[in-house]
Amino acid sequence: MTVEHAGRGRRAARGRRPWVLLAAVVGAYAFLYAPILWLALLSFNDSRSVSTFTGFSLRWYAELLTDGQVLDALWLTVRLAASTAVVAAVLGTLAAWALRRPFRGRGLWSTVLAMPLVVPEVVLGVSLLAFCVKLAGIPLGFGALLAAHVTFSLSFVVIVVRARLAGLDPRLEEAAADLGAGPLTRWRTVTLPVLWPAIGAGAAFAFVLSFDDVVTSSYLSGVGGTPLPVLVYGQASRRGVSPEIVALSTSMVVLSTVLLVLAVLVVARRARHLDR
Amino acid sequence: MSEDPRETPALDHRVPDASGPPAVELRGVTRTYTDQVAVRDLSLRVGEGEFFSVLGPSGSGKTTLLRMVAGFEDPDGGAILLGGRDVVGVPAHRRDVNTVFQSYALFPHLSVWDNVAYGLRRLGLRRAELRARVGDYLDLVQLAGYGRRRPHQLSGGQQQRVAIARALARRPRVLLLDEPLAALDAQLRAQLRVELTRIQREVGTTFLYVTHDQEEALVLSHRLAVLRAGRVEQVGTPADVYERPVSRFVAEFIRSSTTGGSNVLEGTVRTVTGAGNAALVEVSVGEGAVLAELPPGRALRRGQPVAVAVRPEKARLYSAEDDGPPPGWSRVPVRPRDTVYTGAATEHLVEVVGDPGATPLTVFTQNTRRAGETGPGGGPVLVGWEPRFSVLLADEPGRGDGGAEPGGRARPTAADGDPTPGSAPTPVGATSRADVS
Repeated sequence: MTVEHAGRGRRAARGRRPWVLLAAVVGAYAFLYAPILWLALLSFNDSRSVSTFTGFSLRWYAELLTDGQVLDALWLTVRLAASTAVVAAVLGTLAAWALRRPFRGRGLWSTVLAMPLVVPEVVLGVSLLAFCVKLAGIPLGFGALLAAHVTFSLSFVVIVVRARLAGLDPRLEEAAADLGAGPLTRWRTVTLPVLWPAIGAGAAFAFVLSFDDVVTSSYLSGVGGTPLPVLVYGQASRRGVSPEIVALSTSMVVLSTVLLVLAVLVVARRARHLDR
Repeated sequence: MSEDPRETPALDHRVPDASGPPAVELRGVTRTYTDQVAVRDLSLRVGEGEFFSVLGPSGSGKTTLLRMVAGFEDPDGGAILLGGRDVVGVPAHRRDVNTVFQSYALFPHLSVWDNVAYGLRRLGLRRAELRARVGDYLDLVQLAGYGRRRPHQLSGGQQQRVAIARALARRPRVLLLDEPLAALDAQLRAQLRVELTRIQREVGTTFLYVTHDQEEALVLSHRLAVLRAGRVEQVGTPADVYERPVSRFVAEFIRSSTTGGSNVLEGTVRTVTGAGNAALVEVSVGEGAVLAELPPGRALRRGQPVAVAVRPEKARLYSAEDDGPPPGWSRVPVRPRDTVYTGAATEHLVEVVGDPGATPLTVFTQNTRRAGETGPGGGPVLVGWEPRFSVLLADEPGRGDGGAEPGGRARPTAADGDPTPGSAPTPVGATSRADVS
């Protein structure tokens, strides 16, 4: 990020932009990234104190790797995020497809699909908890968590896939039909391949949303397992910010960033092939 | 799927075959959208092996017609026959036709080779045969060696050629082309026009070609149908339609890029002389007289208003020092208004003396002399032409409409019984002249 600042500064100077603009850019980036950078620096601090820097060390990371509770939580979180991504991608793609052509009540359906975007997460968590426990009798844990995560990430997949569908030349499917492909073959050989980048992007979104979720998950995790974000939150609120928590948080930031960047790269590569 | 083994495409011009059932036949086809009628009671026959164009301004229903033949839309009424079999209700993927789309509609995720192979895979061809066929058709469109490329790596013209190869590779009974050149620039369009003619000759497949470009239709087609507001206005060879338009609409709509549309002169019947095929009608236009052959079966009263069309390159100009047109020719006194030098020809715009409301006439003269040597001057004072160049237009209400439909006008000859191009023009409207050139 520091490199980024320097680069921007040089470019701004060469372009003779007013210093106000440069300051605004630096300020905005600092506002966004300084706390995270500070956190990352702290995680390599040898001291247990989070206010004084005594030397470089990887000991807190080593401790994480031996902490069974953390490893269990990580494993649960990854499984949950991956499952959420797959289920949300499949359901979201089907929903986007169904909403492609106008029909009675289409507006209502798309509004309902977008609702989780505007419903506060706390409300969503409470209502899902009430639903699982009181109404449906679904045991808390992985199943309930998966259902909840799919609920709020589905909207993202639908939005991304619908945008791609809207840009899809309807002649492509007609051309496939014209060349002898029945409805299923058309879907498999033309529609799906053209939609892949959007589905991939939607799935990546769903993964990261699930991976980072605290609020809904804290309502629905059962006795057996706690997702990583919930664990971090719980420990931080009970014992304050410890170096282990700092290292864990840094790992999570790095992991989500890497995953998202990878997904974006792969999707962009595929999309470049498809778009003229 | 009829497997037509055209292993060796005939390189000579295949004479369209009129003996069997027509390749495509539309009988009383109507298609209504919620707010308008796109195609109304339309009948048409396209012979086997013909290059047949459907020409019309936008909104005339030509694309709807094509989409109904392809199977993307179903008519509300009427029958669509492919090789004598009614295909209404048969889904697109089971029809023996293939389409070339205006937007190319190449599959962006597949290579050029796989695009061409797409339709063949659906036929379940053996591997070797599939490979050979894709190669043949890439050769046909002169894109051998481009198989591994993606569509987005090709130019517009190349993409359209891939689309043509992809559609033809299935060897359909009829190839449907929906304004395939409209998205290309003028130079490429001219190039692909030549290509299309060659390809159609080589494969001999029936081409049903939709366009709004008059010159394209004239250059490419064996026969063409002029569409107006969902109805067939005229069917005939390019020469028929150009030289013997049946209506004012066709006379003005069919235009070549150099000379534009027909001049349409309005006047009143003065005399009718002779009888039968030799009958001549004299029409007063301004201070002049226009002579036209009277089609058999058409009766005219003295004083009746009529419209006569004449092509700009058929009329001649006379200056005050000339002798004027020979006796027996049309003779219209004019006043020069404007002259445009266009290189090979000069376009003269002249006003009809005695008819101030009339549209000025356009007359083309070949520049066979050098500029500045246009002879002793004074400018044109007379326009004259032979009676056989006059086209007496069918009675039509209103005057000078460009495309608005005067509702409910009867068009009797939508169906055309003779799908053989090059033969005598079918008596459409009322003319029966065979010699048009």
